[in-house]
Amino acid sequence: MSETAVIPHSPTEVWKLPSRGIVAMACLILAESAIFIIFVVAYVFYIGKSVSGPTPREVLELPIFSSICLLSSSLTVHFAVSALHDSKRGMCSLWLGLTVLLGGIFLAATAREWYQLIYHDGLTIKTNLFGTTYYSLVGLHATHVVVGLFMLSLALLFSLRGGLTSNHTERLEVLSLYWHFVDAVWIVVFLVVYVLGR
Amino acid sequence: MATQTPVTAILDKTPASPPRRLLFQVLHDWLTTLDHKKIGLMYIVYALIFLVIGGLEAVLMRIQLAIPNNHFVSPETFNRLFTMHGTTMVFFVGMPILFGFGNYLIPLMIGARDMAFPRLNAFSFWISAFGGTLLYFSYVGGSGLYGAGSAPDVGWFAYAPLTAHVFSPGHSTDYWTLAVLLSGVGTVGTAVNIVATTLCMRCPGMKLSRMPLLVWLYLITSFMVFVTISPLTAAQIMLMLDRYVGSHFFDTQAGGSAVLWMHFFWIFGHPEVYILVLPAFAFANEIIPVFSRKAIFGYPAMAAASVCIGFISLSVWAHHMFTVGMGPGANTFFTLSTMIISVPTGIKIFNWLATLWGGKIQFTTAMLFAIGFLFQFLIAGLTGIMLSVSPFNWQLSASYFVIAHFHYVLVGAILFMIFSAFYYWYPKITGRMLNERLGKWHFWLFLIGFHLTFDFMHIPGLLGMPRRVYTYEADRGWMMWNMIVSSGAIVQTAGTLLFVFNMVRSYFKGAIAGADPWDAWTLEWSTTSPPPEYNFAVTPSVASRRPLWDLKHPEDPDGNYE
Repeated sequence: MSETAVIPHSPTEVWKLPSRGIVAMACLILAESAIFIIFVVAYVFYIGKSVSGPTPREVLELPIFSSICLLSSSLTVHFAVSALHDSKRGMCSLWLGLTVLLGGIFLAATAREWYQLIYHDGLTIKTNLFGTTYYSLVGLHATHVVVGLFMLSLALLFSLRGGLTSNHTERLEVLSLYWHFVDAVWIVVFLVVYVLGR
Repeated sequence: MATQTPVTAILDKTPASPPRRLLFQVLHDWLTTLDHKKIGLMYIVYALIFLVIGGLEAVLMRIQLAIPNNHFVSPETFNRLFTMHGTTMVFFVGMPILFGFGNYLIPLMIGARDMAFPRLNAFSFWISAFGGTLLYFSYVGGSGLYGAGSAPDVGWFAYAPLTAHVFSPGHSTDYWTLAVLLSGVGTVGTAVNIVATTLCMRCPGMKLSRMPLLVWLYLITSFMVFVTISPLTAAQIMLMLDRYVGSHFFDTQAGGSAVLWMHFFWIFGHPEVYILVLPAFAFANEIIPVFSRKAIFGYPAMAAASVCIGFISLSVWAHHMFTVGMGPGANTFFTLSTMIISVPTGIKIFNWLATLWGGKIQFTTAMLFAIGFLFQFLIAGLTGIMLSVSPFNWQLSASYFVIAHFHYVLVGAILFMIFSAFYYWYPKITGRMLNERLGKWHFWLFLIGFHLTFDFMHIPGLLGMPRRVYTYEADRGWMMWNMIVSSGAIVQTAGTLLFVFNMVRSYFKGAIAGADPWDAWTLEWSTTSPPPEYNFAVTPSVASRRPLWDLKHPEDPDGNYE
């Protein structure tokens, strides 16, 4: 066998490959979607099958305000990425801060809703099938919000300390993809739990 | 022809034998490594250990079933044995061994330095390894404070409501749930890594249409992992909620549904079979052409058929549930979708045959196993079509016919290709050849053992022997068949022991392999055996599907025909 490898190769061709961060996040989103689909299927399958109360119509109220907060945080995180891309680091911190605030409001509203349900309406995960599917689906989404908020807060911290530069745009973009996903899932959860299921 | 840039492929200037290191240094090296080759090897070794354990469980079960009214093990132990055997073989042998080969080979085949995310790679391995350890720790910790049961005994698909707290007290089922959940996390991590590596780390010129088919198939497998392992993860979360915080997903008394668990499990369970078999196809795609001395026949058709299998496999799951009573509509749909999946699979078999056709076939041990795979996979597919017919399935569901069918796939196809892959890539991994003479003995012993066990296992199934029975009466007419099946298991064990001996012996005494012992064509053979930590001294660039052919035959490059 020859010791030297002569490998044909045309230098004129530009070799460009997709970003691995974005590809990996897309894969993660695909896998997470599959998990959510199963929980949504379980929710839809068990609508109206509880053998005892309370029913969704009796206790659930439309969380309009908190939904608007969460969905608009998708916009703010997008602005944060654009600001970082244009090296406007102050603006980036501002938009990131706003995103964390809006996400926090959503989480607080969920907490208040759960408090109301548990202590006033007597609905826990053990009560009936509605409680089982409601707390697990909304709780799974809330868990993702918590993870996202943690990551966004970290980014905000780095940004405030001046460590975030336009070189990091792609990384922030990967994080923003995750956040968009969390928001998109909320649209599905909202429709299934508060519109279809009520 | 474009300009020719001379690139030295084998430019390893490190000294041939570095100074001997202390045991702890070596251990520390392996524990903290991020190198895809070492992680791949750890996956493979870990899977081999579990293969031995799972195999022993099978042998114990076969001893128990060899003669009627036997009490070699207790009924409780028997339940644990079949549960642990199934769970181990699927989650802690099949998945890790295939991902191990993928980890090792994919960066080498696409000319990359490492996987896209080396740390994620190490994390995925260790979390899977932890899952397997946890599963077996149940033998010690399962009884916990309750003193009820040790290892899981709910069967590998753990149907509800048997898994409910009232019917499975103690912690054994929790060990099963957690172990499977953790292995799922590790699997998804590795799959993310494989997709990112194949899409983002290819060397210049390695277009998707020039990737080795092995890499293509791993890419498809990984996409399937996202959409099939995740439902299982979701179902396991639900089961844990049921068992720990008292929710009612699968609690029929509160209106929950046991059938829902079956659906969720088989939405994972059937595509899982294809996740396991696609890497076996991937090995065949590399090994059959090399030993036929021909390029693979129908490269685009092979890739397209694999994508087809990926999609169709997502719509066949309920053929595991014909006896549940899903109604004529669902039965018809799942019968037809199951039959349709044999079309792309058939395309693959014909392409392999066409690759063999007119080739100068070299009957090395690797090739023998690959040819065994072709025949056995065909037969497994044929019994699969029989079982897809729902009225036939009503008769034979949960009988030994089903067991024989899927072991024909798992052993006859997948394990045969795994053995073939060992004989083919062992020289690359260790730098030494496996002994061919011992290899031929291994092949023939294992082939005979396999056919004794699994050909004859169909018959007690047709005679009505149900799966998972602890023992049976002598007047059922199953005795002779079970005796043959059990004796085949002994022959297989002998063959496997020979293989283990061969691996150990060849590591020290095997013939030196050199970089390219098979005169093969993919990039992993252009670097030294074993490859240096950096894989390639210079990033290679390729112009066809068989870069080493171009290298060896510059007068007739492959690119002219693609």
